[in-house]
Order: sequence, then C-alpha cells, then structure tokens
Amino acid sequence: MSDDHVYLSLAEGHESGDERWAFGTGFEDPLYGVDTAVPDGVDTAELAASCLALGDDALVSTQRLAEWTTRAPELEEEVALANIGLDLLGQARLLYARCGQVDGTGRGEDAYAYFRDAEDFRPVRLAELPNGDFAFCVARLLVLSSWRLAHFHHLTASPDPVLAAIAAKGVKELTYHRQYAAEWVVRLGDGTEESHRRMRAALEQVGPYLDELFTAYDAQEEVAAVLRQVTQAAGLPFPAGQSLPGAGRDGDHTEHLALLLAELQSVARAHPEATW
Amino acid sequence: MATSQSSRSTAGGAGSDLQEHFDATIALNQRIEPRDWMPEGYRKTLIRQVAQHAHSEIIGMQPEGEWITRAPSLRRKAILFAKVQDEAGHGLYLYSAAETLGADRAQLTEWLIEGRQKYSSIFNYPTPNFADVGVIGWFVDGAAICNQVPLCRSSYGPYARAMVRICKEESFHQRQGYELLMTMMRGTDAQREMVQDAVNRWWWPSLMMFGPPDDNSPNSAASMAWRIKRHSNDELRQRFVDMTVPQAAKLGVTLPDPELRWDQERGHHDFGTPDWDEFQRVISGDGPCNAQRIERRRTAHEEGTWVREAAAAHAAKQATRAHKGAAA
Repeated sequence: MSDDHVYLSLAEGHESGDERWAFGTGFEDPLYGVDTAVPDGVDTAELAASCLALGDDALVSTQRLAEWTTRAPELEEEVALANIGLDLLGQARLLYARCGQVDGTGRGEDAYAYFRDAEDFRPVRLAELPNGDFAFCVARLLVLSSWRLAHFHHLTASPDPVLAAIAAKGVKELTYHRQYAAEWVVRLGDGTEESHRRMRAALEQVGPYLDELFTAYDAQEEVAAVLRQVTQAAGLPFPAGQSLPGAGRDGDHTEHLALLLAELQSVARAHPEATW
Repeated sequence: MATSQSSRSTAGGAGSDLQEHFDATIALNQRIEPRDWMPEGYRKTLIRQVAQHAHSEIIGMQPEGEWITRAPSLRRKAILFAKVQDEAGHGLYLYSAAETLGADRAQLTEWLIEGRQKYSSIFNYPTPNFADVGVIGWFVDGAAICNQVPLCRSSYGPYARAMVRICKEESFHQRQGYELLMTMMRGTDAQREMVQDAVNRWWWPSLMMFGPPDDNSPNSAASMAWRIKRHSNDELRQRFVDMTVPQAAKLGVTLPDPELRWDQERGHHDFGTPDWDEFQRVISGDGPCNAQRIERRRTAHEEGTWVREAAAAHAAKQATRAHKGAAA
C-alpha cells in the first residue's frame, strides 16, 4: 500500500477511477426489479394507511433506539442497537415512499416524517414510551419485533408487490431483532437479583400495551408463544396488566409522542425551504 | 504469554537475541505479531497509542451522535446513524488490538473515565449546528485519514490491520460529510452560513489533530524508530492542508487563515500557526466540552454496570448448568 497519496492508497483495488474519494456510495435497492404499479383490486387508501402506520411504528422506534447512542451499557450494544435502529429506519423510508406512491399525493418520505403533526401520526403507544433502562429497551424490543415479524410474515403475501418486497426484507431484519431481544431478556432475567428485578418491572410496564398491538394486527398467538418461551427461560412471569383504553392507530397517543417529534422535526422545520 | 516469554528470556540471558530479531523485523518492514517478543517500551507505547485511538473513536461518537435524532432528512439520519455506529465498531477493533498487547478493555475504559488516558482533543469542541456534522466528516475524518493511512503499515500487525478497515470506512465518512456540505452550499443562504460558520470553528482544531509541532512532540522519536508511526506531525499536517484547500475552493467556503497561500517553490501551501496554547488547554482538560464528554461516558458506563454484571452472572450460571448436565 502506498501512503504517498492518501486517497490513492485507499483506492487500491477499487476500480471506480475516482481516487479522490476512494469509495462510492452505492447501496442495494431492495425494490430493484419490483413492479411499482398498484395491482387492480387493491384498496389504495387502505394500503396507504397500512404503510403509513407501519412506517410510523418504525420511525418512532428508530428515534428511541437512536437515543441510546453513546448511552448503551457496552460497545457491542451500541453497535447492535444502532443496527436495529437502522433497519427500522430503512423500513420506515420504504413504507413512507410507498405511501406517497399510492395515496395520490406523490409525497416523498421526508414529507411524512417531518411535515406531519403528532395528531396525524399513527404509531402504537408502546413505541412512543421513553427509553427507561436497558431492561425496558429489550422488553419493548422483544414485544414489538415479535409482533411486527408476525405482521411482516403475513405481508409477504400482500397483493401489493412493493409492500410484499418491503416485508420480505423486513422479515430477515426482525428475526434478528427478536433474537437479540430474547437473548437479553433471558440474560437479565437469569443474571443477578437486580437484573431480575429490573427485567420483571420492564415486562410489567409493557403488559398494558399488548392488547393495542393485537387490535392493530392480531398476532396474539405468535407473540404469546414467543413471550412464553422467553419468560420461561428467563424465570420471569408472563407480562400481564390491565390494558389501556384507546389505540395509537386511532390517533390516541402518549404525551411523549409530540416531544419526540418536536426533536425529530426541529431542524427540518426551521429550514422548510432547504434541501439536505 | 508474551510477558512471561520476555522475562524468561531475559533471565536466561537471551534477551539480546530477541532484541536483535525484533530490530531486524522492524528494519525489514515486517510485522510484529502478538506472540512475538517485543521490548516493553514498544508494548507500552503501542498500548498508549491504540487505547488513545480507541477512546477517540468512542468519545468521538458524542459530538455527532447528538444530531441523529434531529437530522433533517431520513437519508441524512441513516447516514449519520451508520457513521456513529461505525465509530463504535472502530472503538471495538481498537480495544481488541490493545488487548492483544495484554491490555484489558475494562481497565482502559476506567483510565479514560478517570482522565488517566487521553483522547483526541478535537472531540472537546461543541456541535451547535447541523453543518458541523458535514464539517466533522470533511475535516476530522479527513485529518484522521491522513494520520491513519500510514498506520496501515504500522509495524504492529493487529493495529495495522485494524487501520485498513477503519481508513476505508473513514474515507466513506469523509465523502459523505463533504457531500452534505455540497448539498447545503447549493441550498439556502442560511444553510451556506451554517457551513461557513462550522468551517470557521473546526479548521484550527482540525490542524491541531496532528499533534504538536515536530520540535515539541515528546513521543514521536521512539514511535518513528519503531515504525509505529511513519510520518512526522508536521508532514501530516501539511498533507492535510494541501489536500483540503482545493476541496474548500470547490465547495465555495473560506478557510479562516489569512496566511494560507500556495508556495510555488515548496510545492505546498503555507499556512498560519495554530494556537498551541489552546491545544495545551484542551488536552489538559479545559476545552469547551471535556467535562461533558467524560461525564457522558462515565454515566453510560456506570448505568451499564448492572447489565454487564447480569450478563457475566448468566454466563457463569450457564457454564455451571452445562457442567452439571455433562456430569449427569
């Protein structure tokens, strides 16, 4: 490797011919080759609403995961939580883009993320809750990823080929998210007295938000099976609790959503004419 | 392993053979590997340098990490999130490289938090506007590349190999930073002002990233002799300036140095002298964000203690259960 010229030496073995920067920015397009025309018989309003709500769950979850950055208990967890956040951000972007194609407005992903107000968002409330401790992080992740995985499995057979492709990509990602969360719930449940106490408290906190998920997409059986297996291995009780009235999908939100969005949208809204 | 080997050989009077073999390896530009004998000074210098580099990656997550939740487009959010994640990954490889020298990651983290080991002074400056994200990519990753590309040929194998991967990712980050700035410069007046403001604030601290001038760099000589380091601070600083000036022109920003000009005779740019008093203040702990950066790292580490303890306890229980299972 030559170090006379930093970029030349970095570009060795790369045939871009653009040694000034050494690397390109090519990414694989998960929708490559997928026909984006909406097939006949698909209810576009319903499809758009579905994409939007699933996009909102993912975006809000990403935001919470991003808040862990530089605060995780170990460097491996920094990397893992960022991975999960990035996967969900990728899902949100594809879902918003699809929404814009089918809802007749032609809006891009950023219009949905940055220029809608809290009352127009439709995430489930479990995603909105503030981060709490690492036990809550993995409890929430276990529930949300199990539920979303079941939903995405179902959506791989969607009559809309774009949503089906997004779901197929997401299934692989969510399988890992669930695995990561499950391993930690077991570790923390089994670990020390303190971790057991915290893990138990976290599951209690999650309990009241479960029913809302199953109203949005009924995966009660799949999620319960995962939770049973994991809590048993962890020596923890199955999460229960009086379910909360209302639903994020109907526009009922926690007081945390508006604050989360205020932060997310702050720069974009301060410069509405700007491109980034 | 290597330590016991070294003490055994010294006791046996074979130390000079080992030293000769080490010197010959260095002279031939070959790599020293973890199980090879090495002088204690070499080991200590490397641990110090690699740990300092690892700490810089981890503390360096903070100034930009603050913007992930506020990045003004989803594309920029993804780019920034991935970049900050890469820095955590770099920290991990580097702590692993330090561990091959007999250091312990937990111990190094303690030393960072206690202020016994340093990290790059650049991360003690604040990031008040989103253009800082782009300028950090352009300047700070650019300076890091200048510093680190020669380290891909460092004499210590694990460090050199870690640097190859890190440099590739950093060149990617630099490109992304510059591309953000290009986009902002094509945008609104407010965006252009943000870029120039960030350039003004980061230029001098970036030049300081190469360390003190050669005539005042206490650790350089030994590191050069051992080929841990291959170019002097001033050479690398010059390389960075020469590389950055045309990029600034293309971007349409002014670098805040009235003395900056092309010197035809030298074939390099002349430039002003960084404020070395400021540099000393910042590395001694009195920069604008030193306390805040260390406090954040300390809090994360302390709040994570119960999680790490739980993981260790679970692993120990699992091992016991497996043992009992095997016995039964």
